[in-house]
Amino acid sequence: MEKDIIRVRNLTKKFGDFVANDQLTFEVKQGEIFGFLGANGAGKTTAIRMLCGLSKPTSGEMEVAGFDAYTQTELIKKNIGYMSQKFSLYDDLTIWENIRFFGGIYGLSRSAIRDRSKEMLTRLGIVNLSNRLIRDIPPGWKQKIAFSVAILHKPQIVFLDEPTGGVDPVTRRQFWDLIYEAIDQGITVFVTTHYMDEAEYCHRLSMMVNGRIVALDSPEALKQRFGSSSMNDVFVQLARSGEKSS
Amino acid sequence: MTAISIQNLHKSFASNRAVNEVSLNINRGELFGLIGPDGAGKTSLMRLIASLLLPDSGSVHVFGFDTRRDYRSIRKQLGYMPGRFSLYPDLTVEENLHFWATVFGTTIDRHYHLIEQIYKPLEPFKKRKAGQLSGGMKQKLALSCALIHSPSLLLLDEPTTGVDAVSRMEFWDMLQGLKGKDMTLLVSTPYMDEADLCDRIALMQQGKILSAGNPHHLRTQFIGRLWEVKTPQIHPLKQRLNALFGCEVAHLFGQCLHWTCQADMSIDKVEQVLKQFHIPIDSLREIEPGIEDCFIQIARS
Repeated sequence: MEKDIIRVRNLTKKFGDFVANDQLTFEVKQGEIFGFLGANGAGKTTAIRMLCGLSKPTSGEMEVAGFDAYTQTELIKKNIGYMSQKFSLYDDLTIWENIRFFGGIYGLSRSAIRDRSKEMLTRLGIVNLSNRLIRDIPPGWKQKIAFSVAILHKPQIVFLDEPTGGVDPVTRRQFWDLIYEAIDQGITVFVTTHYMDEAEYCHRLSMMVNGRIVALDSPEALKQRFGSSSMNDVFVQLARSGEKSS
Repeated sequence: MTAISIQNLHKSFASNRAVNEVSLNINRGELFGLIGPDGAGKTSLMRLIASLLLPDSGSVHVFGFDTRRDYRSIRKQLGYMPGRFSLYPDLTVEENLHFWATVFGTTIDRHYHLIEQIYKPLEPFKKRKAGQLSGGMKQKLALSCALIHSPSLLLLDEPTTGVDAVSRMEFWDMLQGLKGKDMTLLVSTPYMDEADLCDRIALMQQGKILSAGNPHHLRTQFIGRLWEVKTPQIHPLKQRLNALFGCEVAHLFGQCLHWTCQADMSIDKVEQVLKQFHIPIDSLREIEPGIEDCFIQIARS
């Protein structure tokens, strides 16, 4: 049986009177692709910030990669990777400088950075571009490099916050090939997306509405439950149900 | 009648050819979609149309006016909603609207009917600072401000980027509501599924227009037959197919594989090809290509 890499019990985060996350309970299994869906403002970012050790819960329990949300946030940060569409790499540094910077942040030795970056650049087929500034790299490629950098330190789990927003259809699919490669290396992937076809690439999906998780299952099971052939339709039904009750 | 006429347009930033030999006509009253990924040149093209950038070569005419010479005449008739929220965050909702009305020499009341549907949900918050609104409300306010002088041409730069599926649907409903009001709408988006909501579209990548026309017409240009294959072993099947044909003929679409075959390949032959891999197939059917299928095919050729 796979072990849980994330365990969350009744996790709650309040800002004043506002309950941003309301009693979240779920687990993420080691080696799975876990899709974290929800409308804008549903509370996804708040939850991700807690899971990454960047903010502390108001109440409830949370363990990420075996470390506690209240007392071991620094250890959580060392054992995860993170990238998003908005923040990934520094535009005014070269590919190689970004690798060295992030490798250093995650505590890799000089030799480890050198070896792994060589391996990574070879795999992506961009060895000759390593001295190119990130700002001169096409956006789709930048996202692929950013993802590879986010897992350079071989984290147990990587958080991807809308990693493919605005990326062209071909590169978007190549990005998912990289995700599957990471899974093969034993890295767990936690991902948010607004592309519903990408939601179907996940092993399991959770759906957040107004700070609560209202559904959690495999894409196939969710479609069956809502009697629909499209994930988009499931998403709309769930998000709309939240509008009525709020 | 033509609203926007673009001829041999070029615009570079240093070595980056943001807009590369673009020619395009957009008709009056139509809802036109510029569809392409980040970096395709959509924003630059829109800013050239808005007379905010000058062409390196080529020309843009809006309602017959040249964007170089007659930019004043163009700007009076133009509503522009940039991709980034660009209202004043320290002014209230009402103050922003009043400001934009005044800039264009009009009042909120004169064209209120145009924005009524969009602005109504904001009315209870009209004393709130714009910077404190939620994402969806900011967007409604930005659209209201872009419409307040009743422009003949409305440019919307990626209004739905980073927006969830439900809010995206609502935004397109708002746009459909503006159609038929003697307004030309130009919308850019990276979401291929929004193509079908437009009268006509242009697919853009790397500064060039790959193809333009109505979405239905673009579909008929698809080369070959497209098969949707469902299998529990989707990745192995994709790899085998691509290896067999020596190029990327199969692409993932959710839990299905879209496989492009030559037009003369019969279903028997298709089944025969699949059988040799000894991979269980749940279902197989021929489908109409979507705009994303078309984009992938054109972008790769």
